[in-house]
Amino acid sequence: MKNVLLITRRELQAYLRTMSGYVIFAVMLFVDALLFQAFALPGVAKKSSEVLADFFTVTSGVTMVGAVFLSMRLLAEERQSGTITLLYSSPVHDLEIVLGKFVSSLAFLGLFFLATLSMPLLVAFAGKVSVGHILCGYFGLVLVGAASLAIGTFGSALTKSQVVAAVLSGVMCLALTTCWKLGAVTDRPLTDIVLGLSWWGHFDPFRQGLLHLRHTVYFGLVTFVSLYAATRVLEARRWR
Amino acid sequence: MITVEGLTKYYGEHAAIRDLSFTIERGEVIGFLGLNGAGKTTTLRVLGCVLLPTSGRVVIDGIDVTRDPHEIRKRIGFLPDTPPVYEEMTVGGYLAFVAQLRGVAAKDVAARVAEVEKKTAIDSKHDALIGSLSHGYRQRVGVAQAMVHNPQLLILDEPTSGLDPVQIVEMRELIKKLKGEHTVLVSSHILAEISQICDRYLVIQAGEIIARGTEEQLSKQLHGSGIVEVEVKAAAADVIKVLQSVDGVGEVEVLKETAELSSLRAHANAELRPAIVRALVTARLDVLRVDKGAARLENIFLTLTHGKEAH
Repeated sequence: MKNVLLITRRELQAYLRTMSGYVIFAVMLFVDALLFQAFALPGVAKKSSEVLADFFTVTSGVTMVGAVFLSMRLLAEERQSGTITLLYSSPVHDLEIVLGKFVSSLAFLGLFFLATLSMPLLVAFAGKVSVGHILCGYFGLVLVGAASLAIGTFGSALTKSQVVAAVLSGVMCLALTTCWKLGAVTDRPLTDIVLGLSWWGHFDPFRQGLLHLRHTVYFGLVTFVSLYAATRVLEARRWR
Repeated sequence: MITVEGLTKYYGEHAAIRDLSFTIERGEVIGFLGLNGAGKTTTLRVLGCVLLPTSGRVVIDGIDVTRDPHEIRKRIGFLPDTPPVYEEMTVGGYLAFVAQLRGVAAKDVAARVAEVEKKTAIDSKHDALIGSLSHGYRQRVGVAQAMVHNPQLLILDEPTSGLDPVQIVEMRELIKKLKGEHTVLVSSHILAEISQICDRYLVIQAGEIIARGTEEQLSKQLHGSGIVEVEVKAAAADVIKVLQSVDGVGEVEVLKETAELSSLRAHANAELRPAIVRALVTARLDVLRVDKGAARLENIFLTLTHGKEAH
């Protein structure tokens, strides 16, 4: 646990001491605000809860894309610069390396969520929404962020090129997001599997303020499997 | 302290090292010599618990690297061929991070960092960003991170790589200072850089150890009884004729020949020096120098790896 915290702290410092962290943060916030203005606010008269649900929809998309960019450097950069040898030659377990990296990126994403709070608060002041809806939506965003970052960490473990890592993770996230479309052209039981894997179906209740254990478990599973895979990749590299 | 038996490492179908066996005693400074791609880095990476071997056994301090690598990592300091530094961190911050990662107690971190900074002469750069440092300083930071937890075994892979002549001398002095405090394994493919700082050398070629021993032992292994070097004010051909007339003198090589003088190296027992001087003087040649020569490590290495003496 101590090593996880150490690596987390160092990684957070890396985000805050380099331009890339600030650039990704600023772009995410800008795009989120833009999409909020473009898609969530306008149109026919909406209930406040609908505006809030739309806010969570656009923010989940920004979160996913931002997470891919935030996580692409986590392990790929260590391999590219040779600093992975420092971690490999230290008394640190591979799981601790992966967790430290993952937690740091999640904490950075947490800063982004904090910065977006102004938008749901605006809706709350101008209209009427429940605190539970806001909390539930943000919980869903954290789950989407965690799952995307975990996939990104796995992608970053696969290659030493950050660009390739981003592409791999992006494709994996995109596949999980859009696979519900496959449901329309497949037969059972494949349809059930595809729909079960679909990201959107599991996030939809959160954005509407509904908390379900099975949807939480889904994102937890995606996160766990991705982090486990990243750890196995690091272990395998000790043989090559 | 280190026992290696039948160590083999394959990358796919290619064997980077094959059936290496050697032992290293506590406190020794061992030089790993080999051309690029000879298997030095792979060997050191296995000893540093960065890579796992395909087969064979490596025991460090009584612990098998494949059974408890975590415990061994606490006892070793590893400097890879590229210093593993984070450019956005300050020197002090980076060393403190590594110290904590390697298990130094929080209360001792500042003292340990200060001590290694002083030893590696980077104390003036404590607050400097690593990204702003020259290659020489980065290399020192790399050595400092390897030492920060006061490990029993230091593994330095090409520590002089890319350094200028002054920095090389400083790095050699630093490694000399480490002698006694740590067991040190140092690799290089530029022999002059680690000559005379190691107790023993292991020469690796194509993944196999082709020679081992002290500089003197390796020299004797190659040149039999010894070498005598002479410097004479005469043409090399005349000197060769005289030298070969002395009983016991073997092959003679010309090291340098100018219009005024010739330097030669004769394979001969050092005890033959008086006879050589007498022969040269009798031939009315002006003798400038006759001494017991030692084959330079570089020449030994080139002979071992190419099968012929280099000049």
